[in-house]
Amino acid sequence: MPASTEAPVPAGPKVAAAQLDVVFGRGAAAVHAVRDVSFQVEQGETFGLVGESGSGKSTVLRALSGLNPGWTGRLEVDGRALGPKRGKAFFKQVQMVFQDPYGSIHPRHTVDRVLSEPADIHGLPDVEGRMLRTLAEVGLGPEFRFRYPHQLSGGQRQRVAIARCLMLEPEILLLDEPTSALDVSVQAEILNLLKRLKAEHALTFILVSHDLAVIAHMCERLAVMNNGRIVEELSVDQLRRHETRQAYSRQLLRASEGYDRDAAREQITYD
Amino acid sequence: MAETPLLSVEDLHVRFHTRTRVVEAVRGISFQVGREKVGIVGESGSGKTMTGRAVLRLVRPPGQVTARRLDFLGTDLLTAEEKALRAIRGDRISMVMQDPKFSLNPVMKVGRQIAEAYRVHSRASAAETRDKALKMLEAVRIRDPERVYEAYPHEVSGGMGQRIMIAMMMIPDPELMIADEPTSALDVTVQMQVLAILDDLVTQRGMGLMFISHDLNLVASFCDRVIIMYAGRIVETCRASELAQARHPYTRGLLASLPRVDQPRDALAVLQREAAWRDEESVDARID
Repeated sequence: MPASTEAPVPAGPKVAAAQLDVVFGRGAAAVHAVRDVSFQVEQGETFGLVGESGSGKSTVLRALSGLNPGWTGRLEVDGRALGPKRGKAFFKQVQMVFQDPYGSIHPRHTVDRVLSEPADIHGLPDVEGRMLRTLAEVGLGPEFRFRYPHQLSGGQRQRVAIARCLMLEPEILLLDEPTSALDVSVQAEILNLLKRLKAEHALTFILVSHDLAVIAHMCERLAVMNNGRIVEELSVDQLRRHETRQAYSRQLLRASEGYDRDAAREQITYD
Repeated sequence: MAETPLLSVEDLHVRFHTRTRVVEAVRGISFQVGREKVGIVGESGSGKTMTGRAVLRLVRPPGQVTARRLDFLGTDLLTAEEKALRAIRGDRISMVMQDPKFSLNPVMKVGRQIAEAYRVHSRASAAETRDKALKMLEAVRIRDPERVYEAYPHEVSGGMGQRIMIAMMMIPDPELMIADEPTSALDVTVQMQVLAILDDLVTQRGMGLMFISHDLNLVASFCDRVIIMYAGRIVETCRASELAQARHPYTRGLLASLPRVDQPRDALAVLQREAAWRDEESVDARID
């Protein structure tokens, strides 16, 4: 058979991590934040990483996004291996939404400047039209264009942060606790918005959260993390039916369902 | 429920005068707290934190607190002198704040901070104080109290910091504890342990607990009674076990907007706020 000049796009996962390790510091002070983490995320899927503080879930996301250069193992997007440094093409394809909308938007830049900056860097045409379309998509009117972050509520800021990602028409969104700083009624609006955008743009999400209910609402599959490792991977249906195989996940699930005197007594510390 | 309430509040207002207008953070609420767990729930800006602070007269000028009645076991907190208030604050009524990172002194060892909280209100000797502080650390399930006693706040985790705060607030054996989001900075499993400690304080020592929180599920499962605040007023009050049957559209809207592990939904209900809620009469949340 003649070799084709163009290799067909492999029908593999959209994002993959294999034997990912992240160590901060060296010698005796070294902290092994992520240990031997492997997972795969299909195109169009929402994959959840859930765990408590210090479990390494955010570090996995930061290594993927290029914010943590010191990792070892293999990270792939569309079957192509990622290096420690990422080029423009990577950031066009992969964008990130952060936890704290009060800290992730420049306080002295208007919404207009916040949104046009990524488009300018990537040299995209028709920045203004793109901006107005994107603002409308995240449910903000054109009147928000020249406002400063302090003139916006927490939910509106998070919408701006999402709009900033969408300006580049990315394929993958990395979501790091996108609603944990918001009131529950605003959380519902942002989660609905993310779900709608995902369907409209055929996006792939990786969602990090400590809240199992948010993960269950958004994701098809999830991985429970503890102490840098993936404890187990579950489908959302297994989670809903409480079909957890590991004691740690069971304890996390029980604790997330509210206060229970007996559950508190039986709790084991996993350090 | 207790026969005599520890705290009786009638027609409480908290106002902030600014140059252009008066902001009313709390607008005429009445409630009581007995030897029970009372949850005060609401979103940011509902006035729940200001209510807690007003009880201890911790609202600073230009904030202004008025009430027809603000009574703690026969003491009128509203007219009490600063000196009398200091004898109550931290001794008979204590307060646990949200974030241990900001409420512990970063340059003082944990043990000394706990001891200080005790010695301000008692004439105990140094040895006695140390003993009591170590006992308290043990009571909040800190496994190695000797080590933590000699540690600085940055050397302990957030969950441990919050348990240290609770130990500090427990040491004078208060009759009423005001806990403002005491567990929202904590992991769910640690949260459960901290709540168990508070639960024991109420059931075993007969303390009253005012539990301020934004988390409806948590309050429903932990508290005895719930007070729901919106825009500085109480829109509804009920037994915590009956929160799922709440009638006010605001409470129902909040409950519907929560994602749930056991109930898959395509989209979450979005709360539609009505202007009329703001002007409704505040519901009386007194025990009788």
